[in-house]
Amino acid sequence: MYRSLFANDMYAELDRLQREMSRAFEYSPSIRGAVRGGFPAMNVGGTPESVEIYAFAPGIDPADIEVQIEKGVLTVAGERASALPSGDTKASVHIDERFAGSFRRVVTLPEDADPDRVTAQYRDGVLHISIQRRETSLPRRISVQ
Amino acid sequence: MMNDQTDVARREESKAEAQAALMCPVDVFEDATGITLLADLPGVPKDALHLQVEAETLTIEGEVSLEVPEGMEATHAEVNLPRYRRVFTLSRELDTEQVRAEFRNGVLTLRIPRAEHAQPRRIDVEVV
Repeated sequence: MYRSLFANDMYAELDRLQREMSRAFEYSPSIRGAVRGGFPAMNVGGTPESVEIYAFAPGIDPADIEVQIEKGVLTVAGERASALPSGDTKASVHIDERFAGSFRRVVTLPEDADPDRVTAQYRDGVLHISIQRRETSLPRRISVQ
Repeated sequence: MMNDQTDVARREESKAEAQAALMCPVDVFEDATGITLLADLPGVPKDALHLQVEAETLTIEGEVSLEVPEGMEATHAEVNLPRYRRVFTLSRELDTEQVRAEFRNGVLTLRIPRAEHAQPRRIDVEVV
């Protein structure tokens, strides 16, 4: 089997182990279930002016990605076709790890995220969504009289 | 001789020190003419993808480069290392001179044909 020909990546294995451990002991998992391990993988960050979301969704036509914000919840959905040969061809599948099928992931946005000022860009297989925060929530210096 | 050994030791050390990397998911399938490998490397620009075939080892490496606004603080990161790495051992009947690579939207497609002499041949079974 080709599976056994892999050189194991020790760091990745350790990382996986650590992830599984932290999942098992996670004190308060999100109400929307498994936070990690879904497709697409997501990174979330923020600046005082904006909320930045990166969805790692390679190999998808940007026109087929559905991005929606409703009631403070961002949804990224779409479908990725399998690249594997179908059953009737004379080919054998040695490794099948890439995600295939339809996906949907949701992210709860902070309250000050402004759904009317959103940009979404797809580059190198990463969907970058940038949501501006409402200005009223920017920290403001109050002068003392 | 002594020097040679320390050199080798040093080289191996630096290899072990090579930074931790994520293991990119792959699909590998094979037909009569060769092997096709697909790898997910989201966030890797074309010029940050490194492919290497050395002897019978195929190494796929990519550096993640994201457009991050100044002063961004990450609150949740699933892609928590800035690089991918994966190593495969090829087998001798594959023609490593003829590897074709295509990289689009973060998906690498590699086509590794079988060497001419290793192409399948129909063997007639003689019934005696």
